[in-house]
Amino acid sequence: MSNNKGFSHPYVPNAEPGIRQRLLKTVGVASTDDLYASVPDALQVKGLLDLPDPLPSEHDLRSHVEGIIGQNVSCRDHLNFCGAGCWQHYVPALCDEITGRGEFLTAYGGGTYSDHGKNQAMFEFQSLIGELVGMEVVGSPAYDMGAAVNSAVTMACRITGRRGVLLSGGISGDRLSQIRGFTKPVADLSSIGIDPATGLINLDDLKAKLTPEIGAVYFENPSYLGLIESRGAEIAEIVHAAGALLVVGVDPLSLGVLAAPGDYGADIVCGDIQPLGIHMYAGGGCAGFLASRDEERFVSEFPMILMSIAPGVEEGDIGFAWSTMQRTSYDKRHDSEDYAGTTQWLWGIGAAVYLSLMGPQGMDEIGRGILQRARYAAMQIAKLKGAKVPHLDGAFFKEFVVDFSASGKSVAEINAGLRAHDIFGGKDLSGEFPMLGQSALFCVTEIHAKKDIDKLVDTLAEVLS
Amino acid sequence: MSGKQSDFQAARWNEALIMELSETGARGIVPPAMDADIAAAVGDVVAALPAGARREKLPQLPEVPQHRVLRHFMRLSQMCMGFDVTTDMMGTCTMKYSPKVHEHIARSAKLADVHPLQGEQNMQGLLELMYRFNKIMCQISGMDEFTFQPASGAQGIYTNACLIRAYHESRGELAQRNEIITTSFSHPADAATPSVAGFKVITLMPGEMGYADVDALKAAISDRTAGLMLTNPEDTGQYNPHIREFVDLVHEAGGLCAYDQANGNPLLGKVRAGDTGFDMCQFNLHKTFSAPHGSLGMGCAAVGVKDFLRKFLPRPLVAEADGGGYRLDYEQGEGIDKIRAFIGNIPAVLKAYSWVMSLGAEGLRAVAETAVLNNNYMLKSMREVRGVTIPWPANNYPKLEQVRYSFEQMFKETGVTSHDVIDRMVDYGVQHCMPSHMPMLVPEPFTMEPGESLTVAEMDQMLAALKAISHEAYSDPEKAQGGPYNASTTRIDSDVPEDPDCWAFTYRAYQRKKGHWTSESRRKIERHSGGY
Amino acid sequence: MAPLRLGLIINPIAGMGGAVGLKGSDTAEIIARARELGAEPQSPRRAGEALAAIYAAGLPLNVIAAAGDMGEHEAREAGFSPQVLGTELEGDTVAEDSVRAAQAMAEMPIDLILFAGGDGTARDLVRAIGGKVPVVGIPAGVKMHSAVYATSPHAAARMVLRYMRGGVAQRELEVMDIDEAAFRGGAVSAKLYGYLNVPYLPDLVQGTKAGGVSSDRVSLAGIAARIVAAMQPGQLNILGPGTTMRAVANELGIDKTLLGVDLVRDGVRLAGDAGEKIILKHLNVAETDSAAAIVVTPIGGQGHFFGRGNQQISAHVINQVGIENITVAATMEKIASLRDSLLHVDTGSQVLNRELAGWRKVITGFQTESVCRVAI
Repeated sequence: MSNNKGFSHPYVPNAEPGIRQRLLKTVGVASTDDLYASVPDALQVKGLLDLPDPLPSEHDLRSHVEGIIGQNVSCRDHLNFCGAGCWQHYVPALCDEITGRGEFLTAYGGGTYSDHGKNQAMFEFQSLIGELVGMEVVGSPAYDMGAAVNSAVTMACRITGRRGVLLSGGISGDRLSQIRGFTKPVADLSSIGIDPATGLINLDDLKAKLTPEIGAVYFENPSYLGLIESRGAEIAEIVHAAGALLVVGVDPLSLGVLAAPGDYGADIVCGDIQPLGIHMYAGGGCAGFLASRDEERFVSEFPMILMSIAPGVEEGDIGFAWSTMQRTSYDKRHDSEDYAGTTQWLWGIGAAVYLSLMGPQGMDEIGRGILQRARYAAMQIAKLKGAKVPHLDGAFFKEFVVDFSASGKSVAEINAGLRAHDIFGGKDLSGEFPMLGQSALFCVTEIHAKKDIDKLVDTLAEVLS
Repeated sequence: MSGKQSDFQAARWNEALIMELSETGARGIVPPAMDADIAAAVGDVVAALPAGARREKLPQLPEVPQHRVLRHFMRLSQMCMGFDVTTDMMGTCTMKYSPKVHEHIARSAKLADVHPLQGEQNMQGLLELMYRFNKIMCQISGMDEFTFQPASGAQGIYTNACLIRAYHESRGELAQRNEIITTSFSHPADAATPSVAGFKVITLMPGEMGYADVDALKAAISDRTAGLMLTNPEDTGQYNPHIREFVDLVHEAGGLCAYDQANGNPLLGKVRAGDTGFDMCQFNLHKTFSAPHGSLGMGCAAVGVKDFLRKFLPRPLVAEADGGGYRLDYEQGEGIDKIRAFIGNIPAVLKAYSWVMSLGAEGLRAVAETAVLNNNYMLKSMREVRGVTIPWPANNYPKLEQVRYSFEQMFKETGVTSHDVIDRMVDYGVQHCMPSHMPMLVPEPFTMEPGESLTVAEMDQMLAALKAISHEAYSDPEKAQGGPYNASTTRIDSDVPEDPDCWAFTYRAYQRKKGHWTSESRRKIERHSGGY
Repeated sequence: MAPLRLGLIINPIAGMGGAVGLKGSDTAEIIARARELGAEPQSPRRAGEALAAIYAAGLPLNVIAAAGDMGEHEAREAGFSPQVLGTELEGDTVAEDSVRAAQAMAEMPIDLILFAGGDGTARDLVRAIGGKVPVVGIPAGVKMHSAVYATSPHAAARMVLRYMRGGVAQRELEVMDIDEAAFRGGAVSAKLYGYLNVPYLPDLVQGTKAGGVSSDRVSLAGIAARIVAAMQPGQLNILGPGTTMRAVANELGIDKTLLGVDLVRDGVRLAGDAGEKIILKHLNVAETDSAAAIVVTPIGGQGHFFGRGNQQISAHVINQVGIENITVAATMEKIASLRDSLLHVDTGSQVLNRELAGWRKVITGFQTESVCRVAI
């Protein structure tokens, strides 16, 4: 097929034969083949790739793709009680509106003067997260929460000059995998025992393991299993006494009602911003954040872009610029100890919109509402024969464990039963935490009305019988 | 050649910070109401929280009515030069049209409101999408299996480094093979991520052709070589014709070869990583494959491997299910640890898939050829712009999809730098260009990548702007150095973001520190001339 | 903004020789010859360009100029009302005037000295002030081997203005000493003369570009750690001149001559500023299994790691140690600053030069290397 035939398509205007000819003439070559002179002929594809027949018509394309994803079940049509790192919350119309704005959607590496709006939105994201977590330095979004945790614990190791990292034994298997892979070359991981009664970290075990080699201690609040840690200040003291730094991972949506880690002694805070006005996208909505106090020794270790506000030359004007890029892998290249590139800024902007809408009242109300709904669901499920909620007496946010061991049924069976009624049950924990037996992690958020929770309970009752 | 003065004026809203728009009591949105029955059943859940867990003071978030939040962010979006709005030729970024139909499809609840753990039978559409796109990417790249788990190019390259690590570890050779070779003009991530993965990094400096010599590679190869990780064409738009030799030499030495296809746009349908001998590769779906850049993300990398490396890919993988349909294979086996949560950036996969389906094989080849043709059209004109030179004159090959220009001559003759040009071009209504990644080997660098989406008129508009700025540099250099004049914001004090006493990344810090900005006793800080 | 106190010293005859094909403008004979050939003073004109650009910025400056055509005239031409140091001299000025002017300035409260000239002028400043006051050099001489000069008069002006705005860090840049007689005879034989403190503005100074100050420091520390870690017990280490080698010495906690070759064994300095004879003597008495090692860094604007500033490490020495025992270290910054990232060697032996030419690994950090081209 001749290269000079050109190609007509809405996305490639200059491939149109007449235009192509004009450009070839201007450039002074006979065909585009000449422009590939640097590529050895032996490496060049002969003919066309074996790809599916194209659908240049937008209508046909849309039918085709929507036909494929139409096979998915949406959590809008089904009741969903699964969380475990990706959660179904209400996404305000304004969040979709703004993250859909073409200017934000298709901006990229513009700077202080060309993308002032994007920069301000990012500064506002950093600021609003800072308010929630009680920290004055917040970076632009990380790839996901796991990446933020990785950056945080290795940062702490570099700052303290130590290799040891103590991780709460309650983190998810996936989280542990991510941390293990990233920290392999630079840190030694060990686990803090969990008190089975409370589901929280065992402070005696923590103290026992806090040797002078430990640079970072990490726990999550709420934990992976939804439990709320109230001994933050005590833990911080213990950790600091040993010369280590405290890293806390949070659900920012809980911070309207839960204490800010910055206020109880955390040195570095990380979390996932997906609950803040971002759709689940089957996990594609996950995006992390990293925060610390405003101290040079912390700031110099942040791997991602930090947006700083700065004064304009005219009185009262402000602008924004990327700060201290020599911290980053862009500059450090082969000397890098962490890396960052394109991450998830669009979700950061969405989160900024979300928090601007919610305000303090909204965050308080949603926090309360989730605490209530989750507790109600847990209480009702606990009444069912064959189901136990081991931490019912504790405080939990959004998620809680239900132990079905006594029912004689596996979580897989129970979830299949729920699915038959168009309900997605909790995440099966039996593989991840075998000591919990046939347990599942149920997630209840503000989108669940009482009738939804009642339906879950009634259906569970049926499935368990 | 004289240039017409631009009459472009960016929106300048002087929009206050959202925190400054706060008025006590205003509500932006109301969460779902508390159910009275539930409340009665559970009691005061907040009061019941243990003291150490309870938030004592509400977070100081702004209180802003809904329409004002909307206006705020709408105005900010207007002060942003996305590709949807204007020409953007930022080098190495592969800016192109992100078809709107993709956005509308991706908004469907059947994608947006899918939970990653809701069960394979409930996500068949998603799995089929990933499976099909996997096959497409294998065909495009010559690889055998892909994962879409990494959330950006850099994370994709990091995945490559982890795969190399796992391979040598499985053969008991990791202790010995601890060196990765890359080049100075490969993306910084090609040097950074192997370092993060624990490797020693050897960087090949360019020869007189502007790319690395085979002899340089030979000097770097040893029995400690774990692999080669490079970008080709490099960030200078130059393709290294000896790439096959590079790969063969590294293979001979027992190393693996990873192809960073960040600059893969000109190679679509023309050259395949697999045919070039590489063992693995990564593509940026948010560059080459039209998924929108998202203001610096939602990124997604497609990481592909040859068959013998399939077992090392991070889980889960999408596979065909017995009896039809698709499933997620979570069986860990020798798979490397997870790179990112869950399965991947699904919307980007959908958009990339849709883009390829719209264009087809002939279309992809047209994309590549047109991007290269457009670039050489720009190059032809840029050679005539006063003050511009093209580095590495010994290299007579046509450039592929981008060119790194130098304004060194303009600087010597007028004092106007490439950074000045970059700032000034915003006044012409076009997005600014990037100078260069580090290391900035080319003096006064300026890297432009037109891509395949633009019309000739749009390319001419960019050229006219650069010619006008050049003319201004030679006739009124002070004016050329003082831009931009018509941007969304005035020039800023660029020392503040570099000064620990002055920088402010949150509103809180800003409140606390802004008084110091005008202090006479501000410290002398170390300045940094950045690339990007 | 407080006014910057800017010293100004112009060597008015620097660069005269070059325009008419002579090498240098040092001696009275050369100057006379240059004038015969119609040479015009270059230095004042280029200084004028820089001063005009500085003046146009309209920022508060107190200019303290050496008298007459050593600065005062050009300063007034540009619009300044300078404070004048010393008195005007008749005829062609000699180096002593530059030295005296600089010394006088260094005694005053002064923020920055702007000077115009060539290598000779730079050496005068090293003699006069060393690192006491930061300097900005306007390139005007024909011999530009020293790294301290801005890339152009415009660049020099920008450096002054940027330095004023908020201050920048300084770094030590090399001043070379070319053997004039040998140079005129067609040979290039350079020594490292010393260092001047120059504001750190990578894109404006001749041949400094990549990296950034803090990354440079990190790299130096990494290089030093790597080299020290590789030192064998009983091994004779021959450390060349330069700031990179000084970093190695710092890592060992020992003194090192900045401009000379020092010998180190087991963390102890055996000899400082050793000449070829001393080096050979130590090589010959070495009685260990560990082969000796040469550790050098590129010196001068052409990136010579043999032949500029370290000729004491002669071809004889190199051959005795063995090419395989040579380590070259440089920060990425230094490599990137070299034209085409090219290193050079000039050992005096063409055979040896050819063996050293080609591609070579250079240590750029603790865990990093760059492969650079070495030319003869």
